[in-house]
Amino acid sequence: MSDFRVLLVDDEAELASALVERLEYRGIAMDYATDGAGALKRLQTSAYDIIVIDLKLPGMSGEELLRIVNTSYPRLPVIMITGHGFEEGRGYEKPAGVYDFLPKPLDLNELIKKMNEAIKANEPGH
Amino acid sequence: MEHNPADISPRPKNPTVGLPRYRRLRWNLIVIPSLAALVPLIIMAAINYRQDVAAYKSESRYAISRLLSNTRRSLQFALEERRAVLTLIAKNRSLEDLSNDARLMAILRDLKESFGDFVDLGLIDGAGVQSFYAGPYALKGANYKDQPWFHEVSLRGVYVSDVFQGLRKFPHFVIAIAREMKDGEYYVLRATIDTELLSRQIYALELIERADMFIINKDGVLQTRSAFHGEVLDSVALNIPPHILDREIIEEKDLPGGERMTMGFAAIAGSPFVLVALSVREASFTHWLYERSDVILFLIASVVVILVVVSFRSKHVISRLQESDSRRAKMLHNLEYTNKMATLGRLAAGVAHEVNNPLAIINEKAGLIKDIATHEGDFPKKDKIISLVDSITTSVDRCSRVTRRLLGFGRRMETRREQIDVKSLIDDVLDFQRTEAAHRNIRINVQSAPEVSPIQSDRGQLQQVFLNIISNAYAAVEDGGTIDVAISQLNSNEIAVTVTDDGVGIEPKDLQNIFEPFFSTKGEAGTGLGLSITKDIVEKLGGIIEVQSGIGKGTVFTVNMPVEKVD
Repeated sequence: MSDFRVLLVDDEAELASALVERLEYRGIAMDYATDGAGALKRLQTSAYDIIVIDLKLPGMSGEELLRIVNTSYPRLPVIMITGHGFEEGRGYEKPAGVYDFLPKPLDLNELIKKMNEAIKANEPGH
Repeated sequence: MEHNPADISPRPKNPTVGLPRYRRLRWNLIVIPSLAALVPLIIMAAINYRQDVAAYKSESRYAISRLLSNTRRSLQFALEERRAVLTLIAKNRSLEDLSNDARLMAILRDLKESFGDFVDLGLIDGAGVQSFYAGPYALKGANYKDQPWFHEVSLRGVYVSDVFQGLRKFPHFVIAIAREMKDGEYYVLRATIDTELLSRQIYALELIERADMFIINKDGVLQTRSAFHGEVLDSVALNIPPHILDREIIEEKDLPGGERMTMGFAAIAGSPFVLVALSVREASFTHWLYERSDVILFLIASVVVILVVVSFRSKHVISRLQESDSRRAKMLHNLEYTNKMATLGRLAAGVAHEVNNPLAIINEKAGLIKDIATHEGDFPKKDKIISLVDSITTSVDRCSRVTRRLLGFGRRMETRREQIDVKSLIDDVLDFQRTEAAHRNIRINVQSAPEVSPIQSDRGQLQQVFLNIISNAYAAVEDGGTIDVAISQLNSNEIAVTVTDDGVGIEPKDLQNIFEPFFSTKGEAGTGLGLSITKDIVEKLGGIIEVQSGIGKGTVFTVNMPVEKVD
């Protein structure tokens, strides 16, 4: 069981709620926001081990949010997800400040694996 | 699609359709410069010809005229000399002195010594009787009273006869002068002259080639031998121009056989003789051809050189033009193709994105159902629900593979290098044609040697290459046919892909042109650009494409690609 807190930012509530519930089934503490502003508000009030951001967000884009997170919370690892999908065998160029970049539909096990790796990489000593 | 601006680039015209245009252009490129070069040349030759002909004519006339006047002058002089000597004898000697055969003989001897051509000498009294005579014949006492010449000499004082054979069987003529005495009586001094005198004057002059000169009398009887017309005293059918007394007349006449005759007449004053000179030469054009063979050769050589150079140059220019036209058409086609692909790519990416989001939701909801089912103890048909959910997630996976491929083709346009596993790339390409393969019952075998290294290349363009080659294979095989794709490592830096079909094969003559732009055996159905573009792409990526085929033997395309392209 993983004991970390995740903030998920995705404007698609249907997707986010299901994802949150599934991850909670796997013992991961989840919060979610549907836009950049909501995400920043949550970051001010709670502490998270990792943030998962959808590339496409209404209002503030995923990239803008990423920049702010990188600046204000430099120790918080980021995983980006996107519905643009990737061409098979090739990833999008990963933006700077992102641990990994995953296509939708998500492979849940892959996501959990990446989150674990990101948090581990972020621990002191690494 | 039809209304997308990216799609309205002009369709390249197949240049082979415009062949008559090239023929016409080439014709113009030959005719106009040839005319520009040849017309002045031919005009120059024509001017040269006219000048030569004029010079040649005046040269002929001049030669005849000079011959004629020189000979006439010396003939006149010779006759005048003999007449003068007879006149001198008559003046210096009294009649009594001359009336003596022995004295006449002495005078004749002197004359022969001085002139050589005097034959005899006679003294004729007013009654026409030759009372004294010196010479080889028995003419003493001959009576000339009734002969016309006797009347003429008595009237005019001097007479030169025509040439005649007379009694003595050799041609000669007579000079006679009359001497009037104080009492009104007269006598005549008559000398016979050998015609050698005349002949000598003529032959003494150097005759020009193919020329003839002779003397005739006013009745057209030859007075000397003629090279062309016969012997002395033969009649000649020559029209002597009237009124030639004092002048030379030169006539020109074309003879049958392309020759030209220049003929001159001159009367010898104080005699019945007319001097005739003529020359025959090649007609002027034939002569010109012969004389100016250098000009003719130069003209012919120039014409040949000009025509050859112009025709080769024009061929060269036209082929360059054709080449550049075909390059341009190909470029246009490439551009059009690129535009089309970019448009398709944008559309595909849009669709993929729109589909991806709902797919993601389905994926998560299904996953959640499974999570719940797994975590909530037993309930009826739990296993069935879990297996239904699994089949939903499997379908979502399939869908998402499709959307990813769509995105892949959309992003094909930028050239980028990346690690490519050729086997999986070919599997992707085959995926696109799987439906056709199944429908037509075509068997496709893909075999890869173990340990084929991935290559650095452009994925999209490489997909295009194999898509074209495999599409051709599909077109070539019968329903139920087989296509074999083999991937192998040639050496550490080169891999090979062969695509073998058991189709109809390609004729050798078509095989030579198979990579030429606009070459198509599919008639209206093909643009003829597929394999040409394929070859371009392969070469751009540093590879080589080859084809082997025979009618009924199927076709093998081989593509060798470098593992890493060295630029």
